[in-house]
Amino acid sequence: MATLFLPRAIASLVDGIDQVEIDAPRVVELLQELVRRYPAVEDRLGEMAVAVDGDIYHDADYVPLQPNSDVHLVPRIAGGSPEETGA
Amino acid sequence: MSARQFTHIGTRPVRHDGADKVTGRANFGADFALPGMLHGAVLRSPHGHARILSIDTSTAAALPGVKAIVTGRDFPKTDSKVWLGGEGALDLGDMGDNLMARDKVLYDGHAVAAVAATSLAVAREALTHITVVYETLEPAMSLARALADDAPILHTDLKTSGQPAPESGGPTNVAARMELSRGDVEQALADADVVVEGEFQTPMVHQGYIEPHACVARHGTDGRVVVWCPTQGPFLVRDACAGILGIDAATIRVIPSEIGGGFGGKIPVYLEPVAIVLSQKSGRPVKIVMDRDEVFRATGPTSGSRVVMQLGAMRDGRLVAAKASMWYEAGAYPGSPSGAAAMCALACYTIPNFFIESFDVVVNKPKVAAYRAPGSPMSTFATESLVDEVARRLERDPIDLRLQNAVSEGDQAPYGPKYGPIGLKAILDAVREHPHWTAPLGTHQGRGVACGFWFNAGMNSSATVALDTDGSATVVTGNPDIGGTRVAQAMMVSEELGIPVERVRPVVADTDTAGYTDLTAGSRTCYATGMAIINAAQDVKEQLRLRAAKVWDVEPDQVAWEDGHVRSLVEGDERPPLTLNELAATLAKTGGPVVGSASVNARMAGPAFAANICDIDVDLETGRSTVVRYTAIQDAGKAVHPSFVEGQMQGGAAQGIGWALNEAYLYDDDGRLQNPGFLDYRMPVASDLPMIDTVIVEVANPSHPYGVRGVGEVPIVPPLAAVANAVRGATGVRFTELPMSPPRVLAGIESLESA
Repeated sequence: MATLFLPRAIASLVDGIDQVEIDAPRVVELLQELVRRYPAVEDRLGEMAVAVDGDIYHDADYVPLQPNSDVHLVPRIAGGSPEETGA
Repeated sequence: MSARQFTHIGTRPVRHDGADKVTGRANFGADFALPGMLHGAVLRSPHGHARILSIDTSTAAALPGVKAIVTGRDFPKTDSKVWLGGEGALDLGDMGDNLMARDKVLYDGHAVAAVAATSLAVAREALTHITVVYETLEPAMSLARALADDAPILHTDLKTSGQPAPESGGPTNVAARMELSRGDVEQALADADVVVEGEFQTPMVHQGYIEPHACVARHGTDGRVVVWCPTQGPFLVRDACAGILGIDAATIRVIPSEIGGGFGGKIPVYLEPVAIVLSQKSGRPVKIVMDRDEVFRATGPTSGSRVVMQLGAMRDGRLVAAKASMWYEAGAYPGSPSGAAAMCALACYTIPNFFIESFDVVVNKPKVAAYRAPGSPMSTFATESLVDEVARRLERDPIDLRLQNAVSEGDQAPYGPKYGPIGLKAILDAVREHPHWTAPLGTHQGRGVACGFWFNAGMNSSATVALDTDGSATVVTGNPDIGGTRVAQAMMVSEELGIPVERVRPVVADTDTAGYTDLTAGSRTCYATGMAIINAAQDVKEQLRLRAAKVWDVEPDQVAWEDGHVRSLVEGDERPPLTLNELAATLAKTGGPVVGSASVNARMAGPAFAANICDIDVDLETGRSTVVRYTAIQDAGKAVHPSFVEGQMQGGAAQGIGWALNEAYLYDDDGRLQNPGFLDYRMPVASDLPMIDTVIVEVANPSHPYGVRGVGEVPIVPPLAAVANAVRGATGVRFTELPMSPPRVLAGIESLESA
């Protein structure tokens, strides 16, 4: 199962946990399961990029996960872009 | 280090556009003209904050030669956003309001009307006949004023996004707040042997690109729109114009000119939608070129900032705690790089306990745009100044202390994931081994060192490589060449196909010609577009391998590409290998032209780290600081063309030195910019600086086939603190507010002497 690490910034939306184990083949299914468990987090996902095993993706939906993958939700940054959002 | 041996990568060929640029043949934005073209001029607000009560254009419209006038009413209101392929979203409502005010002007220089006329002189004359009645309002010209309980509010509907502070809820200028935290920072600070702290302030500064914004737009009677302009992202210009004006992006073609610098500032659109509407109303092409005054007043600088930080360390040198609050000016609309600033502030060090909060604050100044590693230089100024103070308190060598705490592969970044292979420790080793580090200093001279971090972007890129029958090739991408990317792209084709670099023609194509490609920004062009090019060249190789099988009448798996040739694998086949030139010459016979293509959506490139050493000489009588020696060290992953990597390092250092010593937007109490020109806004020129020495460290990025990391942004991160640490060494004064201009330095020295 992949381990999804959750930033403290959304702790109030996920019952205060900082990580959760989810069995999912890809990031899209992992995040769907996260939202199923913690619906309030859905509105915040658009503000975040996803890091899988250290690599940050802005469009991570179809990135495959390994059974021992570490997945982090990361505030979106925009190299050279004006976009900034809180997380 | 990369294990691969390269033939072309790492060499220094002459850039393809070099002769055009040094002889003046290259066409930049302002050079373009069309038959029947009108000239546009923009009327700008003289007020920092005012309500527009009325605009009367009737007298101007009656002036002979005036063909069209637009105001904010000519631009539809939109709440749409344009997604930037992972770069996030641009709020086109704000962007549209920024390029032509509707109800309020929010900064000195905010556009309120524009004229197209048969000559620039007539257009400018017409501006003087437009009557705008304003109700002036108090401007919020500082973070302190914008955050005050009785602050003038720029946007009455603004709500704090992200993680608003609990007490927020009413009218506010705080557009966003975010937090990052780990461990127990309060306990760690209480347990620390040494705690240093400071309040650091930096002013709003401009990117200072030499070429002003310019464009020509033609709105045809068939509804087709063509825009010629210097931009970091022609596809963004296309999509932003479409969204702001409510027209189909499929009808817009954006042709990028050469670009005379951008540094992030040529990402937004300012003139293009205005010129399109003027062209639509007049039925003729319209050209608008900003003057320098307009560039300073109305295009995006980067944020002024305030950072309050505490840093705790143990006697053995371990950094154990950091606590920071940081406020960044967004300008007139939300969108400062405050979030990135928070993520970068501690990225160089393994600090187990930290809490950072950052605030995006609107003020009555131009909407900020990106500027090289947006947000990182300011927060790093605080961190690296305090790391220097820790080293002084503990009487530790500043390199040793940094090495002790430096992040390396496997360490967790403050923003979450673990680092892969990174080069910070190799950089610090290179600093310590550099002769600059141990060279003697003169009287009243000081030496400073500082590190810096930037993420580096990935995202979408497309490329095609077309082989000609003479064995030359053309590589086409959609990334305007700002820092020498054309030659780097050609070198990648050469590396894959064995074609001499001068026989590869790199082309920057327009939006109707190139496959979708994200911005030339985020240090992504050599990395992400480079991957597309390499893949496209490999596509060519594969097609040539199949053509060789056809020539030899053998199965495809019986031929292989080796060392720039195609060789038969058939046992006993003694035919000599087929060269690329031989295969190219027979393309028509073997199936026609060969064009390779590829597209990628690259994950973010490997993180970039850098360190700078600065020696400064301070005149204790005048407070003038002179940089007498400067060395920049950076991990490039793999330097495709070392000269242009060095150029990025030197350019970033020069801009950072200017930020540290001289540059600042200066406003009067009414919110009018007082120094909108290079005479009064003092950027360093060549004669102000010594030769900036460079050392390229290469710790290969495993995400790229050559090991490339982006190199364009991190060079500007260390200089602010490197210069401040050097001034500290020279004067004994810790300066926490930039710029360290002569009056400020003199005041600091005098206050130290009187203490």
